[in-house]
Amino acid sequence: MAQSQDNTQEPVAGRAPLIVGGYDFRSLTEAVAVPVERKTPIGWWFFFLPSLAMLGLFGVSIGWLFWEGTGIWGLNNPVNWGFAIVNFVFWVGIGHAGTLISAILFLFRQKWRTSINRAAEAMTIFAVMCALVFPGIHVGRVWVAYWMFPLPNQMDMWPNFRSPLIWDVFAVSIYGTVSLMFWYVGLIPDLATIRDRAKTRIRKIAYGIFALGWRGSHRNWLHYERAYLMLAGLATPLVLSVHSVVSMDFATAQLPGWHTTIFPPYFVAGAIFSGFAMVMTLMLICRVLFKMEDIITMRHLENMAKIMLLTGCMVGYAYGIEMFIAWYSGNPYEQFAFANRALGPYAWAYWIMVSCNVITPQLFWFKKMRNHIGWLFISSILINIGMWFERFVIVASSLHRDFLPASWDYYQATFWDFASLIGSFGLFFTMFCLFARFLPLVATAEVKTVLPEADPHQGEELVRVVPAGAGAEPAAQPAPAGGGGA
Amino acid sequence: MGLMTLDVPEASAGYSHYGVLARFETAKALYRACEAVRDAGYSKWDALTPFPVHGLEKAMGLKPSRLPFLVLATGLTGAGLGFALQSWVHIQAYPLIISGKPLFTWPAFVPVTFELGVLGAALGAVLGMFAFNKLPTYHHPLFRSETFSRVTDDGLFIAIEAWDPKYDDRATAEFLSGLGAVEVEHVPIEDPIDTDDGEGDA
Repeated sequence: MAQSQDNTQEPVAGRAPLIVGGYDFRSLTEAVAVPVERKTPIGWWFFFLPSLAMLGLFGVSIGWLFWEGTGIWGLNNPVNWGFAIVNFVFWVGIGHAGTLISAILFLFRQKWRTSINRAAEAMTIFAVMCALVFPGIHVGRVWVAYWMFPLPNQMDMWPNFRSPLIWDVFAVSIYGTVSLMFWYVGLIPDLATIRDRAKTRIRKIAYGIFALGWRGSHRNWLHYERAYLMLAGLATPLVLSVHSVVSMDFATAQLPGWHTTIFPPYFVAGAIFSGFAMVMTLMLICRVLFKMEDIITMRHLENMAKIMLLTGCMVGYAYGIEMFIAWYSGNPYEQFAFANRALGPYAWAYWIMVSCNVITPQLFWFKKMRNHIGWLFISSILINIGMWFERFVIVASSLHRDFLPASWDYYQATFWDFASLIGSFGLFFTMFCLFARFLPLVATAEVKTVLPEADPHQGEELVRVVPAGAGAEPAAQPAPAGGGGA
Repeated sequence: MGLMTLDVPEASAGYSHYGVLARFETAKALYRACEAVRDAGYSKWDALTPFPVHGLEKAMGLKPSRLPFLVLATGLTGAGLGFALQSWVHIQAYPLIISGKPLFTWPAFVPVTFELGVLGAALGAVLGMFAFNKLPTYHHPLFRSETFSRVTDDGLFIAIEAWDPKYDDRATAEFLSGLGAVEVEHVPIEDPIDTDDGEGDA
């Protein structure tokens, strides 16, 4: 791609710039704001309408579920948890990469996150929305779903706070709330940008209301940046706790295949792995559709591929260590559960999981593959398939053959199981399409801070840091170019 | 729109202008100018930028935000309330002995206590930031300036308010021009003519 133009003053020699294409503040605003303002591109409808159709399928499948009950799913007596819980864990996991990018990479001062954090955070919120649907609908008697919350009621009953299932209610709903606040706080300056560029009264009012009258005062930025830092600091332990708590839904059970201490870190690594794959899929489409190849650069994609390689290896290690511990424990039930997982009736699902999650990311050891758009896209899809199967394997293969052979059975998903899975993708992509159409896809105010002319000491530091002749040509000039963009 | 009151102190009564608004071309020039304005002894002034200019609070002589104390307080409140709720439910409201375990099983209360602590702290951070920044403030004299719409694009501004003790209509404007401002203008408090929302779009 366009790597020839280096417009950042990257002190580490030889590293690709964060943003290419010679942007200044004004052209960056243009690049991000114009997709929000211009006529809807045809390509957007190409994604939006199928998504909307899938969302309709979701509505139908939920309506039929409410009418008929959970019998429309393929659940049977040993396998009382099926697609609903698989989808729930899958979607919560997808969300985790957004928080990792927005919060953890922020704390680690990884400035490359600025181009992708907005979209990744949006992805988090939509993924958590999809996730929250499933615990709500899978309870069977949906009209008493409010029992999940500690609300005073006429029966004088309260939830059991010793159960991981209630921890889950708190963890996931608070995670959704905090992610939404984090995302909105980040959006305020960019909404103000759209407000100030608005030509029509409706746009001025619509964006103006949500921009809260932001005027870029540094007295405001001071509190704003502090609030943002603290939200990042809060979201970091929160995100680690969420999938840990989700994993405890399984790990605190006695069931072989679930009763494992490795589950919390294994789930968190898997969540980040699948989430990065989803960010990759979305970014590869968005950067082409909205012509942002210079803002979401090959460096961003390559960095994401590296994180996918790391987390993919962690997930692969967890698969291995699970097998080892099952053998090493000397517990025949554990040993059977894992032998059955790899060789039993669900072996097909297990090997889909292993080949997608462990083998696919290994190609990212090669720089060429990390920079191959086609392979990045294919692998991101494969990894998401693999991570969905990981949850399926954990749920179905552990449940279907437990301690009592007389109760063994095989779980076969029905049409409505698949309808709700596909439908949840419809919800996710519909929301994401609307986001990409109506809100700034890139955190413009943040990206501006990584442009070289945003540095109030531009030049000064470089004279000190960079040895003479190290290619820092703007450093020598007393008045740096850019800034005004006039 | 006027949903909220004007973010202008009582002192503004009797002033014809909000103050002087000056635009600077680069972050470096803005930083230098802020240092100069601070050293000149102005107190009622602000820098307005499309992005947080790194370290500008030092150049402006601003104290660090006190938001962390509020966040600590709301976070501890959230965690405390969460722990109290769970203890009350299991000891007082709905005492059930499960697996022969005691009623006050505090280790099992840790996850929800933690989550509610995070919720309290996050709400404190966001709502506290809104309160400290007086957001939403939909109406502000600066929005009457034509050039000010660039503040969310590429405009780097300093605004010195008319009720600053050191303020003088001409001298302050000349002072800012001397610091390298490329555009200097006086911003009115009242609408000069009937504009519908005061946002300057060219």
